[in-house]
Amino acid sequence: MTTLDTGPAAAPRVAFYNDPVIRGIIYQVVVAVLLVTFIAWIVGNTATNLAAQNKTTGFDFLWKTAGFDISFSLLPWSRGSYYWEAFLVGITNTLLVAFIGIILATMLGFTIGIARLSSNFIVARLATIYIETIRNIPLLLQLFFWYFAVLKAMPAVRESLALPLDIFINQRGLMVPRPTPDQEFTWVLVTFGLALAGAIALGIWATRVRTLTGKYPREVVLAGKVADACVTFLVAFTALFILFSVAFPLSHAPLVAAVVAVVLAAFSLTRFAAISRGVLTFLIAFVLLDTIVGAMFAWVPSLLVSVLSAMIALTIARVGYVGALSRPPSEARFPLALLVLIALGVPGLVYWLTGATLVFEVPVLQRFNFVGGLQLPPEFVALAFGLTIYTAAFIAETVRGGIQAVSRGQTEAAQSLGLKDGDRLRLVVVPQAMRVIIPPLTSQYLNLTKNSSLGAAIGYPELVNVFAGTSLNQTGRAIECIAMVMLVYLTLSLLTSAIMNWYNARVSLVER
Amino acid sequence: MTDFGFVRADMVPSKPAPINTSGVGAWFRKNLFATPLDGVLTILGLVFLVWIVPPLYNFFIGHAVGPGGTVEECRLENAGACWAYISSEMEFFIYGFYDIPEQWRPNIVFALGALLLIPLLIPKVPFKRTNAVLFLLVFPVVSYFLLAGGVFGLKPIPTEKWGGLLVTLIISVVGISCSFPLGIILALGRQSKMPVIKTLCIAFIELIRAVPLITILFMASIMLPLFMPQGTTVDKLLRALVGVTLFTSAYMAEVVRGGLQAIPRGQYEAGASLGLGYWQRMYFIILPQALKHVIPGIVNNFISLFKDTSLVYIVGMKDLLEAVKTKNDTALEWQSANTATTGYLFAAMVFWVFCFGMSRYSMYMERRLNTGYKR
Amino acid sequence: MSQVSETTVDRPVDTSHMKVSSTNVAIEVIGMHKWYSDFHVLRDINLKVMEGERIVIAGPSGSGKSTLIRCINRLEEHQEGQIIVNGTELTADLKRIDEVRREVGMVFQHFNLFPHLTILENLTLAPIWVRGIPKAEAEATAMHYLERVKIPEQALKYPGQLSGGQQQRVAIARSLCMQPKIMLFDEPTSALDPEMVKEVLEVMISLAEEGMTMICVTHEMGFARQVANRVIFMDQGQIIEQNEPEAFFSNPQHERTKLFLSQILH
Repeated sequence: MTTLDTGPAAAPRVAFYNDPVIRGIIYQVVVAVLLVTFIAWIVGNTATNLAAQNKTTGFDFLWKTAGFDISFSLLPWSRGSYYWEAFLVGITNTLLVAFIGIILATMLGFTIGIARLSSNFIVARLATIYIETIRNIPLLLQLFFWYFAVLKAMPAVRESLALPLDIFINQRGLMVPRPTPDQEFTWVLVTFGLALAGAIALGIWATRVRTLTGKYPREVVLAGKVADACVTFLVAFTALFILFSVAFPLSHAPLVAAVVAVVLAAFSLTRFAAISRGVLTFLIAFVLLDTIVGAMFAWVPSLLVSVLSAMIALTIARVGYVGALSRPPSEARFPLALLVLIALGVPGLVYWLTGATLVFEVPVLQRFNFVGGLQLPPEFVALAFGLTIYTAAFIAETVRGGIQAVSRGQTEAAQSLGLKDGDRLRLVVVPQAMRVIIPPLTSQYLNLTKNSSLGAAIGYPELVNVFAGTSLNQTGRAIECIAMVMLVYLTLSLLTSAIMNWYNARVSLVER
Repeated sequence: MTDFGFVRADMVPSKPAPINTSGVGAWFRKNLFATPLDGVLTILGLVFLVWIVPPLYNFFIGHAVGPGGTVEECRLENAGACWAYISSEMEFFIYGFYDIPEQWRPNIVFALGALLLIPLLIPKVPFKRTNAVLFLLVFPVVSYFLLAGGVFGLKPIPTEKWGGLLVTLIISVVGISCSFPLGIILALGRQSKMPVIKTLCIAFIELIRAVPLITILFMASIMLPLFMPQGTTVDKLLRALVGVTLFTSAYMAEVVRGGLQAIPRGQYEAGASLGLGYWQRMYFIILPQALKHVIPGIVNNFISLFKDTSLVYIVGMKDLLEAVKTKNDTALEWQSANTATTGYLFAAMVFWVFCFGMSRYSMYMERRLNTGYKR
Repeated sequence: MSQVSETTVDRPVDTSHMKVSSTNVAIEVIGMHKWYSDFHVLRDINLKVMEGERIVIAGPSGSGKSTLIRCINRLEEHQEGQIIVNGTELTADLKRIDEVRREVGMVFQHFNLFPHLTILENLTLAPIWVRGIPKAEAEATAMHYLERVKIPEQALKYPGQLSGGQQQRVAIARSLCMQPKIMLFDEPTSALDPEMVKEVLEVMISLAEEGMTMICVTHEMGFARQVANRVIFMDQGQIIEQNEPEAFFSNPQHERTKLFLSQILH
């Protein structure tokens, strides 16, 4: 600031202490001297204090055995492991819960953010209530609530709550089936990777051809039609099979389902495609609603639930039907079904051909505890759940802000050019909104990672708990332990902001 | 050319809108059933509400045991929230272990705080500067002596005994009033042209913002005693205050910086051309404008700070949340299926009321500032 | 009424090419009403626009002129009466709305260019994705229209790098790339600095000279005199008076028209 005052070169001579440049230097020297003195004082005090307590300093403790248990670890851990291994376990546990939290919070947050902008009063209001409730309550309180009031109040092991798909909840956490793939299954995973890459490449190529020539490639369009029919068949078959074997049991459920599904698939190739789609929508909606609403209102007679579900599903089916009517012909449509079929169907074929097996080891209740399966400790579940719920509220606000930042004029301009809703979102609204959303979204991810340190308060063995807690208490190396922990967070933060700076420089709108 | 001369003879009077564009029916059509998809969402939303509202109502009100109820009622099979537990432990939740006969002292502090804060928040009330000085400088000193005692014949009460909502509010108010000036100084330092000062401020701000509060509090709790000359003991409350203040000041600095950057360059130059010195320029011209711009950001920081006070359990202070948790774990005479849930819900409601109030206030200020100040 | 301007282009405008069809109807609005909840914004609008007409809609702000032309490509929906564009009646049917929007170009007061795309991409976006025109062809068309609006050298820049007048010319070119039969202008010069108004008007006039059907909501009375074949005056959501420009300006009939003109023309 002071250099601002520098006058022209021919300014009259001033006393040296009034010269802004010299004055600035004096200020800085004073500050630097004060700071150095202060640090020296602290270092001196610390040295005296440590000496008085007979404590040593240094990082040699990292190569000593830790000798404590860690309840949850991805890396191999035993009491004989070293402190540096404890450090790594802490980091991986932090990153694990942060990673899962980020994925779930992004999905939930985007849904709620979009819901908040909905023109539907009830949907928008529910989203607002969610956001305003969650973000005004401390995260630690929410974690305590989920951990002590909800998970710890779950039934004991013997009375575990059984959820669908062999998942169980009890005081000791969440028991889920553990996938145990065999040797051949590696090939399935490899083909899945390849098929996914192939599908994406095909999608990009088809889009490029579409821009260059105005049409999607003929082969792709043809294959797309077949894929449409296949997907229709598969989805219809699944829905019908569930319907006829669970909700309304029939004797030849698979056969009936297959016949109806074939008819629907055949229809989807003709000009009655919209009807086929309407029926398909009805089936999916009905199966889902009947199951979910039935579970929500267990005290309502199941016939009533079915009738209600059918009515709602009919309305949804009408939406599907009308939507299908205004769909462009398959020549002008992005071949999404084909890509999905490639990405999932090819590995499925390999799975069937190689005879690979993917057995799920189901958790089984033995005398005192569950055996087998993947047992997620309640600390992990509570922390992941709490972080997701909390961060989603902030992400939702970010998303809402980003979408609102795209002015109404952009939408109107796109509409007046005749762009369809899907193209308008894809080409005009989303690219602009994402530029606004991504920087704050990243800082929310960083916040989530930092907030995962609150796991220490409910006993999840993340970095702060393992290293600034247990290890520090055992070794007494306070300065070293805390410095190492802080360094990890500092690195994460600097990395993120470096990436963000690069991103912002790349996408910022060019202005005059 | 065709002759299309036209002059309107009689003005068309305003007609009421057709039934489907105004009134209740139109509201329903527009907000609930605008498209078939909207209709579906409405129905699904209603199904969800029907599912969730009755159990919530029963838990909070219908089957809840009100204040004055007994623990036996709370232990019944279908009992809802156990508000009786809250009302019977209320004193602990508000004052912690503060001596019961001396509780009039925190009460006076609460009343005084409210008395000074409310006129500060209402834009129309005059004497803002005096009021702010009273609240930020005089009030903390008075409160400290009133609460800690040891002077004027008041019984000394060590800070270890303070707890509950009292501690939550003390930490927030002190944290707010200390981190605010510190944040301004850091922000000015970051904008400074002196490299040493600028680097120091940037390093401090970025370091603090990079790490979680919990590690700062660990540091305050474990390392602060090490840094002090031998023999000095650092009060636990003071440790918490130092940690929270340093943490918040870094965030405050970033908010203030945003405000400083929004000030047009001309304002700086105008100040300089009037012959004002640096501090005069800042105090009279730049800061009043910059801070006004970022009031919402400042309030949001206060909300975060208020929520973050719940972390001071790390240094061993019993704030509201920690007080509730302690009682949940130890009050055996109140043990029932819903005791812990009720305790946390109560704490959540208290925090929510404060935070929601602050956020509404910030929105109100934002609207007020927007109307009078168009750029 | 300070925004009213009398800017004219410094050349004689030859209206003899501007043929108005006597048989082909471009737009027909019959007994149209529109409300914003309880507010009656458009009242009993009747308007028949023949192919090749250049219509200027004038009126005080809040008189519903912008709302009227926004109804014509269904950016707003009307509640009573009919709007028929190119023989297609506008209803809630999305297919018809798309059909109409493909044939009707619109230019906005604030340009509404897509800031994340280059000028060329702005121009080719709709032809490629709506009409399915090959990219090379779309780009050739785009360059053709950029030359028409006299800024081909800006093709690879972003909208933010252009002046207001240039942006508005790009916006006009963007609409033209869809080869519309009708152009709607919603106060195209109101957001521009005075020295840029002329370059935009120049483009609009050359469009008129090629026989484009145009409806302009504008305060450019000079443009109305030079180019329009009909001026419509609106107030309180209704059409008060319409006439040929000469007669409209020299001999207004209705009290409100007289008042309006006396306020803006000195």
